[in-house]
Amino acid sequence: MKSFTYERPNSPADAAAAVSRNPNAKFIAGGTNLLDLMKLQIETPTHLVDVNGLGLDTIEATPEGGLRVGALVRNTDLASDARVRKDYAVLSRALLAGASGQLRNKATTAGNLLQRTRCPYFYDTAQACNKRQPGSGCSALDGVSRQLAVIGASEACIATHPGDMAVAMRVLDATVETVDAKGASRKIPIADFHRLPGDRPEVDTSLAPGELITAVTLPKPLGGAHIYRKVRDRASYAYALVSVAAVVQPDGSGRAAFGGVAHKPWRVEAAEGEMARGAKAVTAQVFAGAKPTHDNAYKLTLAERTLGAALNEARA
Amino acid sequence: MPSFGENELSRRDVMAGATACAALAAVPARAEGRPETAGPEQPVLAKVSLTVNGQRRELELDTRTSLLDAAREHLHLTGSKKGCDHGQCGACTMIVDGRRINSCLTLAVMHQGSEITTIEGLGQPDALHPMQAAFIKHDGYQCGYCTPGQICSGVAVLAEIKAGIPSHVTVDLNAPMQVTDAEIRERMSGNICRCGAYSNIVEAMTEVAGRPA
Repeated sequence: MKSFTYERPNSPADAAAAVSRNPNAKFIAGGTNLLDLMKLQIETPTHLVDVNGLGLDTIEATPEGGLRVGALVRNTDLASDARVRKDYAVLSRALLAGASGQLRNKATTAGNLLQRTRCPYFYDTAQACNKRQPGSGCSALDGVSRQLAVIGASEACIATHPGDMAVAMRVLDATVETVDAKGASRKIPIADFHRLPGDRPEVDTSLAPGELITAVTLPKPLGGAHIYRKVRDRASYAYALVSVAAVVQPDGSGRAAFGGVAHKPWRVEAAEGEMARGAKAVTAQVFAGAKPTHDNAYKLTLAERTLGAALNEARA
Repeated sequence: MPSFGENELSRRDVMAGATACAALAAVPARAEGRPETAGPEQPVLAKVSLTVNGQRRELELDTRTSLLDAAREHLHLTGSKKGCDHGQCGACTMIVDGRRINSCLTLAVMHQGSEITTIEGLGQPDALHPMQAAFIKHDGYQCGYCTPGQICSGVAVLAEIKAGIPSHVTVDLNAPMQVTDAEIRERMSGNICRCGAYSNIVEAMTEVAGRPA
């Protein structure tokens, strides 16, 4: 790990200012992803701004009937919150499907949104990776791509967003709230928060440099059956090959977002009109334009079957 | 800290001493004229005070020091093990402010004022924690390397179930939590045992939970 200086700011705006001043500075919250990457020298910040002391760790009801989840609420606490379990069960289920008990006790809401890809070529510093080292190329394109993106990828990058939580937040239409160095706040719909790689895969999100996430807001509850179904190589503590977050109403209508298939949680609202007709009708539209590799074409079949299983579970 | 006045130093003491000397020799981090963004050329030291197994400890550490390395190399509490050092194996599990975490994936300087329990604080050979005794009774290990992490995790898992924290295999998120084999296996998935003592670990935890194994 490279040497770094360390500070604990007194307010979210001070934290944003500290990171804005220094392009090699980073926020640290749970640290479960950042420190892993720093040990491998994939991330090499020279200054860490520890935001753990800033509060931002409560879950509050909003006037609109939803919930405002502080950026520093730990994954365990968000998954266990009685209101989330009852009204946003897809979010509890997604969180509980991710990582291990130890990691969920540390990992935060904002940090989880900002976790970086688990593409093996991003992790292997001997390989070309445009996300890790812009302009170096992408070894994954002609490499082992079994885990990688089937849609929304580019010639520069076929990495996926690895998370579960964000897939549930996408199906719930969450909003990410931020503050910048001047103290100005901004609201970003979750649909616009994660980027597609395009020709700048090194930029994962629409956050400006130094912009700090302060909360994630959930709209008022949708009702219906909440399902998070995750398919992975082992039964626990593994990243999704494909996951589905679905909220299904008694009349068969509903919403679905997919994880493990793209650089961001993948949801096509226009396809949700087909929900009552079954999984095949939905995924035909959701994955129109998919460009799978030889190694990961199975994900298209798997996505259809996983949604089908989720719809069956919702009806049960 | 190692004592250099004594005749017998272990290999660990010599290595820890060498690290400490390098750190103490560090001058203020930034050389004249270097831009702030260039980063420190030398180790940066920071003070932190922690309560470890009930004892207040003051340390001055390289900011890079993980909580695990602080315990092992600086406090000489070598019960917590370094397996993967990347949060994948769970051998480093400690209970920090009442919660189990991977001590390899957190910085010691981020734990100012924290209350930390390591395997040494759970129990000692003459006064075993019930979970330690149950691991011995049920052969919950072979080589023993993952065992301190398994036991810290096991103690915390039973507390999590008691506190009503759900898991991936919990059928009803809104019903009281049960101690079942499936719950124990899912909740312990962050602790890898390459000897494969899993079924005996489940038996040990089941006994401590008060359910017949």
